[in-house]
Amino acid sequence: MLGKLSWEAIPFHQPIIMITSAVVAITITSVLAWVVVKGHLPYIWREWLSSVDHKRIGVMYVVLGLVMLLRGFADAIMMRSQQAVAFGSAGYLPPEHYNQVFSAHGTIMIFFVAMPLVIGLMNFVVPLQLGARDVAFPVLNSVGFWLTATGALLVNISLFIGEFARTGWLPYPPLSELAYSPGVGVDYYLWALQISGAGTLLSGINLVTTVLKVRAPGMNYLHMPIFCWTTLASNLLIVAAFPILTATLAMLLLDRYLGFHFFTNEAGGNPMMFMNLIWAWGHPEVYILALPAFGIFSEVFATFSGKPLFGYRSMVAATMGICILSFMVWLHHFFTMGAGADVNAIFGIATMIIAVPTGVKIYNWLFTMYSGRVVFATPMLWALGFVVTFVIGGITGVLLAVPPADFVLHNSLFLVAHFHNVIIGGVVFGIFAGYEYWFPKAFGFRLHGGLGKAAFWFWIIGFYVAFMPLYALGLMGMTRRMQHYNVPEWQPWLLVAAGGAALIAIGIAFQIVQLVWSIRHRETLRDVTGDPWNGRTLEWMTPSPPPMFNYAVMPDVEGVEAYWMRKQTAIERQALRPEPEYHDIHMPRNSSAGFICAFFSAIMGFALIWHIWWLVVVAFMGAWAVFVVVAWRDLHEEAIPAATVAAIDRANRAAREAALPNLRPVS
Amino acid sequence: MNIAEHRSIRAAWLWINAAKSRLALRGCVVVLLSLVLTGCHWAVLDPRGPVGKADRTILIDSLAIMLAIGVPTILATFAFAWWFRASNTRARYRPDWEFSGAVELVVWAIPAMVIILLGGVAWIGSHQLDPAKPLSERQAPVEIQVISLDWKWLFIYPNEGVASVNQLVVPAGVPLRFSLTSASVWNVFFVPQLGSMIYAMNGMRTQMNLQADETGTFRGLSAHFSGDGFSDMHFQVRAMRGEEFAAWVKATQGVGPTLDGAAYTALAQQSTNVQPSTFGAVMPELFAQVVRQDLAPGPGPATERGGAAEAPKKGH
Repeated sequence: MLGKLSWEAIPFHQPIIMITSAVVAITITSVLAWVVVKGHLPYIWREWLSSVDHKRIGVMYVVLGLVMLLRGFADAIMMRSQQAVAFGSAGYLPPEHYNQVFSAHGTIMIFFVAMPLVIGLMNFVVPLQLGARDVAFPVLNSVGFWLTATGALLVNISLFIGEFARTGWLPYPPLSELAYSPGVGVDYYLWALQISGAGTLLSGINLVTTVLKVRAPGMNYLHMPIFCWTTLASNLLIVAAFPILTATLAMLLLDRYLGFHFFTNEAGGNPMMFMNLIWAWGHPEVYILALPAFGIFSEVFATFSGKPLFGYRSMVAATMGICILSFMVWLHHFFTMGAGADVNAIFGIATMIIAVPTGVKIYNWLFTMYSGRVVFATPMLWALGFVVTFVIGGITGVLLAVPPADFVLHNSLFLVAHFHNVIIGGVVFGIFAGYEYWFPKAFGFRLHGGLGKAAFWFWIIGFYVAFMPLYALGLMGMTRRMQHYNVPEWQPWLLVAAGGAALIAIGIAFQIVQLVWSIRHRETLRDVTGDPWNGRTLEWMTPSPPPMFNYAVMPDVEGVEAYWMRKQTAIERQALRPEPEYHDIHMPRNSSAGFICAFFSAIMGFALIWHIWWLVVVAFMGAWAVFVVVAWRDLHEEAIPAATVAAIDRANRAAREAALPNLRPVS
Repeated sequence: MNIAEHRSIRAAWLWINAAKSRLALRGCVVVLLSLVLTGCHWAVLDPRGPVGKADRTILIDSLAIMLAIGVPTILATFAFAWWFRASNTRARYRPDWEFSGAVELVVWAIPAMVIILLGGVAWIGSHQLDPAKPLSERQAPVEIQVISLDWKWLFIYPNEGVASVNQLVVPAGVPLRFSLTSASVWNVFFVPQLGSMIYAMNGMRTQMNLQADETGTFRGLSAHFSGDGFSDMHFQVRAMRGEEFAAWVKATQGVGPTLDGAAYTALAQQSTNVQPSTFGAVMPELFAQVVRQDLAPGPGPATERGGAAEAPKKGH
């Protein structure tokens, strides 16, 4: 009846897990109770859960990413503290638990923190920057988000019911095959990623189509802000690479569920093929995350230097170059598998070639500051911290791309330090820059600057204290994923690294305080005009937060910095353009398809993990029924009357007109 | 209080503060130095064999090349950001300066030239340090077959007819030719002070050539996560003089158990924290039988959470 599920699945004897479960259960219950009692449920359902507005979905992606960041960071604290104490002793986490912790940490941070945050920012910003009313496929967008959330849910359920994978963030066979991992951990991993991966693919298709087909009049390709370009490149990579992930994981599923032999030791299986396939997805994945972050930094450098982005066309070329090259380097993840000198050398050199367009980007950001007026607002601090940190990560990355150097550094803590160096320094700093930068656009008020800066300093200092020792440990020959060790010289460095994690924890605490403080004092931080940073791209033309339809009338675009040019004309003339003629706007109706579909996929995933076959069938039918109902719906748009549009736009025009006398033309 | 008095108090206070911070600084330096210098355990930077030394040379050369471009970039970041800060009235503001062909040429050319140089280093290094390449044409290597098991290392000396678990005894100054495979899941064979690492994979044979230039004891370990007992998969490498090695072989031969199919199958059961031991005799072709899977891959765990209800499916 319940497949493999029994009371033994719940780890009653592990106090850490049981206490965590209790706290999480109480928190969720009390939040739900508060929502229901206060009568917020209809609002949350109508405006958020069933919304197909790209801005709302973007915000929900970001919220999901930030919540999962706390979970992933809790895992990080456990790893750092375990290694800090585990010299010559077992520490406090036994191997079967520690191995789940580092597997969950990597899986969560990549798939359920970095991906949702990056996709969330793209979702929110790109249609606004393109001068569009919504993405190409709004309902698909909602489905994509809810499938991603389903994956995150399954990963969290594994904490309480059963176990998570103990095989690392990429489940290398043969260890991940049934013979060596008979538990449900790998199945949790596989189904969580299959479901969320489908969501990511939908989101990728949607954003590619949006950038290619849904742009304002005059917004030709070389008028697009650079963030739209990096979004295009990143989502092209999603469309090309995520099917590889899905296929690879599907093959491992067939091995585990139906006795196939794609990657087993026996019967002609070849685990090396898994290695190649997973990295054929995995290396582009790095750039799926990094490219949008590069786009965010490009916007931030231009805005806070008071200058257009330097070498725009060069940046476009570099972006698309990285997009293509990222598919040609996957083998550098296993130089030590014995491929031979020619293969290793070719992939090593291909890897280094990516450093060229990346280096060009760095220099173009520097020259964007050159002859500018640099304002050290919080997003700009993250951008500057990024350049310095990313250059260091790039240096160590090129070292690892030299095969003989990799032969002594591969899978060591040097490697761990390197990829945190580029992913935290590149992607996470980029996300935080974007979060600070577009927060006023999303919510109509700024985040407190001082608290944001405090968070930045704790984060960046904590980062260096936490990860520079790992470079040293790698040179001392310490390999990754050790639950304990018996080399006394390693321990001081691991203690320092744990201290760094504590500093980052303070940084995160400042970010939480900043958010709460800013919400409570939102009236003093109000963004009245919709242009809090003296922005340059189209999104700053809309009120903050933008109305559901984004633009009252479609903007006409004449250059890369569409809004900046408009603003300069208005300042010179001390008048806005004449009021446009308002019409009814047709917008997509809400749809609960995504939420209900995700509900059924969560049940289906859970049933597949525990081999509850009848429930798999029921849940699949449910999800299918939702699809049929949505596909056959007749009414999918509703009109917003011209009067409403006019009222919203006039209010914004009035605020901007009032601000005009204070703006001076740049000289 | 007159002004002079005030000044002197202030000066004293400043001096005390400076002394304090100097002391703190000195403390920091002492702590850092002790961290850096304790025991000289910079295994990768302190190699004891030709492969490790060549790896280190390439590592340091590449680092130097990258620092030559990276450090000026970081300094320029600070310099540009600081000089062009909004409050600096002496800095020239050119709000429309967004393109310069000369600058673009330089920013594409510099990274490209660096990569051409480093690409050469990578190409030559990959070929010179190919793990499968023999170290010497004149000197015959000592053959060692390595099998990674859950969770210990088995070293077979086919020509000497002995084997050891979790300890690798080698003669110094003689090339060592390793053939590697795995009994079950993957591992990576890594002795940081000897140099390059390589995968050990079931059903496959990889090759690696190393050498210890001097006698000593080095640490070896697995660099690829292999399950619950992974952390204990370390071993000692004892590099000794040729005659000492010969004596060790002699003392081991014929002593203790024989490594045959049955003994291997027993050894392949999962176990952790296995103490070093030796086998006085080895069944011929044992390594080849493992590679060919004539000896079946080692078993996994009997049960895991949610995995107890169904026995693991066996292949074929």
